[in-house]
Amino acid sequence: MQNLVNILDKNGLIFAFLVVGGIMYLSFLFGKKVTKNKIPAAAIAISFGLVIAYFGKGEKGIASIPAFSGMALLGGSMLRDFSIVSTAMGASFSEIKKAGLAGVISIVLGIVIAFFVGGVIAYFMGFTDAKSLTTIGAGACTFIVGPVTGAAVGASSEVIAISIAIGVIKSVFVTIATPIIANKIQLNNPHTAMIYGGMLSTTSGVSAGLAATDMKLVPYGALTATFSTGMGCLLCPSILYYIVQQFI
Amino acid sequence: MKIYGVAILAACYLVGQFIGDWFGRVFETSGNLGGVGFAMILLILLNDYLNKKKLLLPETEQGILFWSSMYIPVIVAMSATQNVKAALTGGWVALIVAITATSVCFLLIPFIAKINRINN
Repeated sequence: MQNLVNILDKNGLIFAFLVVGGIMYLSFLFGKKVTKNKIPAAAIAISFGLVIAYFGKGEKGIASIPAFSGMALLGGSMLRDFSIVSTAMGASFSEIKKAGLAGVISIVLGIVIAFFVGGVIAYFMGFTDAKSLTTIGAGACTFIVGPVTGAAVGASSEVIAISIAIGVIKSVFVTIATPIIANKIQLNNPHTAMIYGGMLSTTSGVSAGLAATDMKLVPYGALTATFSTGMGCLLCPSILYYIVQQFI
Repeated sequence: MKIYGVAILAACYLVGQFIGDWFGRVFETSGNLGGVGFAMILLILLNDYLNKKKLLLPETEQGILFWSSMYIPVIVAMSATQNVKAALTGGWVALIVAITATSVCFLLIPFIAKINRINN
């Protein structure tokens, strides 16, 4: 047994690939059988990750158990930021021009509004330091912008976990709410789909929500949502953090 | 070769980190200000440019796309290594922030969609 733990500890990153692969598989299975593909598998998998972290001993979640130490490397800031940057391949400036002025406004406004609404609520719920408020506000954008911002400004692991949870709940909420209110917000054409993607930022939620509404609209929403996520990673740890610091 | 794609991605990432770090120094705050965002913009610009010049081979692109398919698994690993026990007390904050902030954004969609119609 000790031998096995030693091998897993020594090959931590490789074991982490196996563990995360297993989590992804179980999440897709759960998504298919239990939620009938109504909730994005990404949101299920991330929730699964948060639940697993609970069984660790403190600060580092599951990585505090020696055999799982590689999870901290796979989920560390270097590989995380590297893989997030690569998602920009789904965006293109020549495509975004089609969304026009309204599209650009939605991309910026989607981030700024989510950020400040999130930050103000967090303030009234007892968070008072600029780092935590900024990270929670960023979490209200997406589950990517939250931890990227949290790591950049140096927030605590606990607050980063909350920001991921906010992003995951947002993704699930967007997925469920979209087909219900699609008619009310006239979400039935590419232009509105682009604005919807920009305003809601969460690519997983937007893609799943549009798929449940009208499959044809998915690429339009996903494009602006990807842009919006990038905009969040740009604005939250810089200008918006700076503004929060002026108030606190 | 796929590694060309990975190398392009690495270049964008590092330049982004450098710019973010520089901004951090200028504004005298700890850490990296928007490095990931800058890197994403760089990659979008480079992707647009290379596509226009037809220089981006599918094989090269695959090297970048592999990493973008790894991002959810990486986020899962990151989630599994957070201090969730301590964060449980913030569960209500998470729920209220997520629902409220998202609802406000939803409500604004029809108004912003109108800007477009006036312009057209």
